[in-house]
Amino acid sequence: MQVLAAMSGGVDSSVAAALLAQDGHEVVGVTMKLWGGPSDTGCCSVADVIDARRVADALGIDHHVFNFGEDFSARVVDPYVADHAAGRTPNPCVECNRHIKFDRLLRRAEALGFDAVATGHHARVVRRADGTRRLARGADGAKDQSYVLYMLGQETLARVLLPVGDMTKDRVRALAAELGLRTAAKPDSTDVCFIQRGERASFLSGRMEATPARVVDTSGRQLGEIPSVQMVTLGQRKGLGVGGRERPLYVVDTDVAGGVVTVGDRADLLSDHQEVDALRWAAGPARGAVLVQTSAHGAPRPATLDGTRVCWRTPQPRVAPGQSVVFYDGDEVLGGGIAA
Amino acid sequence: MAVAYFDHAASTPMHPEVVEAMREFFDGCYANPTGAHRMARDARRATDDARDILAEALGARPGEIVFCGSGTEGDNLAVFGAAGKGSPGGSGGTVVCSAVEHPAVLRPVEQLGGRVVGVDRGGMLDLDALAAALDGDVGLVSVMLANNETGVVWSLAEVAEVMARHAPGALLHTDAVQAFPWLDVAALAAPADLISVSAHKFGGPKGVGALVVRDGVGLQAQIVGGGQEAERRSGTPNVAGIVGMGTAAEVTLAQRDEVVRRAGRLRDRLADGLRAAIDGVTETGVHPPAGTGALVDRSAKVAGSCHLCFEGIESEALLFLAERGGVYASAASACASGAEHPSHVLAAMGYSRSLSRGSLRLSLGAASSEADVETALAVLPPAVAQLRRAAA
Repeated sequence: MQVLAAMSGGVDSSVAAALLAQDGHEVVGVTMKLWGGPSDTGCCSVADVIDARRVADALGIDHHVFNFGEDFSARVVDPYVADHAAGRTPNPCVECNRHIKFDRLLRRAEALGFDAVATGHHARVVRRADGTRRLARGADGAKDQSYVLYMLGQETLARVLLPVGDMTKDRVRALAAELGLRTAAKPDSTDVCFIQRGERASFLSGRMEATPARVVDTSGRQLGEIPSVQMVTLGQRKGLGVGGRERPLYVVDTDVAGGVVTVGDRADLLSDHQEVDALRWAAGPARGAVLVQTSAHGAPRPATLDGTRVCWRTPQPRVAPGQSVVFYDGDEVLGGGIAA
Repeated sequence: MAVAYFDHAASTPMHPEVVEAMREFFDGCYANPTGAHRMARDARRATDDARDILAEALGARPGEIVFCGSGTEGDNLAVFGAAGKGSPGGSGGTVVCSAVEHPAVLRPVEQLGGRVVGVDRGGMLDLDALAAALDGDVGLVSVMLANNETGVVWSLAEVAEVMARHAPGALLHTDAVQAFPWLDVAALAAPADLISVSAHKFGGPKGVGALVVRDGVGLQAQIVGGGQEAERRSGTPNVAGIVGMGTAAEVTLAQRDEVVRRAGRLRDRLADGLRAAIDGVTETGVHPPAGTGALVDRSAKVAGSCHLCFEGIESEALLFLAERGGVYASAASACASGAEHPSHVLAAMGYSRSLSRGSLRLSLGAASSEADVETALAVLPPAVAQLRRAAA
C-alpha cells in the first residue's frame, strides 16, 4: 500500500512509520505545520519537524511538510477561543483529529493517490464479523487515545492505520531505541500543543473578553470574586480563592452573561443523566447499555443511552459543556458527542 | 526517471568552468589571502581578479565590490549598514522598500520601522505610492531589479527619478539577485548606490555574494573583526567561493544573450502549453494574465520565469505530484520548517488567497532543455486534473 505517515517528530509516529516501512509499504512521511509564531514550541515546532525529517532520513523514506496552519486556526484555535468565551470547556485535540488529521490530511492523501494515512495514536482499528470496523482502545491502557478519536466513521476507519496501537508505550520506546531512532527517549507531548505550558490564561486573555464574576454558594451568598468567568470549568476545585474550608468546594454552575460562578459540595455536581450534542457514530446510532467516558483518561462508567441522553446507572458529576462524551462497548468505541 | 529541474531561481547548477576554477583553492592555494607570503598573495590575487570581473559585470569599480556570504547578507548589509540608525557614514533616516521585496530586505526594513510601498496587479511598482512615501527623512530606498517569484523587472531609472524629486538625498539599493542571470545589471542598476547579487543564482557556488557600495556611500559594517573587504565585511574571505563567483560571472556574461533567447523560447512554450492544456490558469506579470488564444506579452519579465496560479489547487499538493512525475519546481517561499507559506508577493499584487494558494513557480536556467519542457507539459496537466477531481 501507499501510506502517508503523519510524523509529528515524536516517538510514537516515528515507530509507526518505521513499522510500515518494515512491512514493505511505500511510505511517505509528512509533518503538518499547524501553528507558528511566539508559541512555536508545541507539536509542530521547527525542532520537531527536524526530528521527523531526520527519522524519515534514517528510515530511507521521503518526508514532506504540509502547511495546514490556516485550517488549524479556523477549525481548532478559533473555536477553542470561542468556546471558552461562551463559558464552555473545549477539547482542541478532538477537533484537530476531527478536522485536521482525519479530514484535511486524509483528503490531501487521497488526492495525492495514497491508500491510507497512518498516525502514532495509541488505539486500534478492529474488524467485526459483519465486515464493519471499530476503533478500539490501545493496548497500553495508560496511553489509550481512543477517546480523542471517537468521531472516526466507517469510511475513515477503512483508510487509517494505527501501527503502535497494539503496543505498550515501553515497547514503542524500546523498538525506537533498537532501530536507533533519535526520538526514542523524547518526552511525551502533553497539554494543548499551541499553548505553552501554564500559558492558557494569557493565551486566552489576549483573544477574548474576560468577564469578572462573583463566586457564590448554592444559597446565593457571595464568597469571593474572580477576574474571568470564562476561565472556570464545571467541577473545578482550585483557583477560585475560596479554599481553606472544612469541605472542598466545586464549581457547580457558571453563568457567563450574569458573571456568577456557583460553588457547592460534590453532591451538587451529581446528576443521574447527561445530555450530549453533535453525536457521531462508528456505524449507526447506539442505544441501551453502554460504557461512557467523559475525559481523556477518565474511567468508563455504565449507563443507558437513550437518544441524546446518557442515563447513569449511578449518579455522576455533570460533564463540563464542550467536553467529549464517548460511548464504548467493552474496548470498542461506538461513537460519542459533545456534552451539552 | 528523468528529472526536469524548474527551480533555477532557487539555485542553478555550477558551470563546469566554475568547479574547475575553484579546485585549486581547496588544497593547492589554500592560504589566507590576508597573509604576507607568496601563497597568500596568490590567493589575494585570485580574489582581486574576481573582484575586477564582478566590478565590470555590475558597472562598478573594483574597490566598490564587497564580497560577503550570500545575497541575504548583502541585502542586510545595505539596509542596516547604509541606512541604519547610528550609522556614522550612512545617511540615517527612514528606509523605504516595496511590498514584494525578498524577506532579506523586507525583514530588515520592518525591523527599522520603515515604509512599504505597494505594487499593481501586474507586479509593477506603484510610483505614485513611492512618491507619497518619500520625504526629506528618507535615507534609503530598496527596490529589487527583478522579482524572485514573478520575475517582473522594474526600471530603476524611473525609481531614481521619483527619488530625485521627493527624497533627493536618499540612497538607492537594489536586490539584483534574480536579475543577474538575465539582465545587463551594469546598465539597469546604474542609478543604484548599492547592488546585491548572489553567486549560486548564476552558476557559482552557494555561500558567496557581493554588494556594490558606490564610492562616497558610507557603510557601517555589520560583521566586524579583522577588517577584511576594506573594513566593510570582516571574516576570512571565502577564496574558492569568490573565485567561483568571478568565473560564474564571466561565463554568465559571455552566454547571457544566447541563454536569454533560448530560455525565453522554452519558457514561452512551457507557459503557452500549460495555459492551453489547463483551464483556470492565471499567469502573473503578463498581459493578458488569463485566457487562451491571445498572444501573451511577457516583456515585463525575465526570460527564465514562468509563474502561474491554478484555480482550485493547493501548491503543496501540486508540487508533490509534480515531483512524483520528475518535475522539480517551487511555490512561494518556505519557512524554517519547510512548510509552504502564503505568498506576500501575490498578496501585494491583489491576488485572492484562493488563487495565490495555487501558485507554481517554474524557473528556467542556462541548463534548461526542450526535454524539460516536454516533461512538464506531460506531467502538470494531469496532476492539476487529478487534484481538481479529488476536490470536486
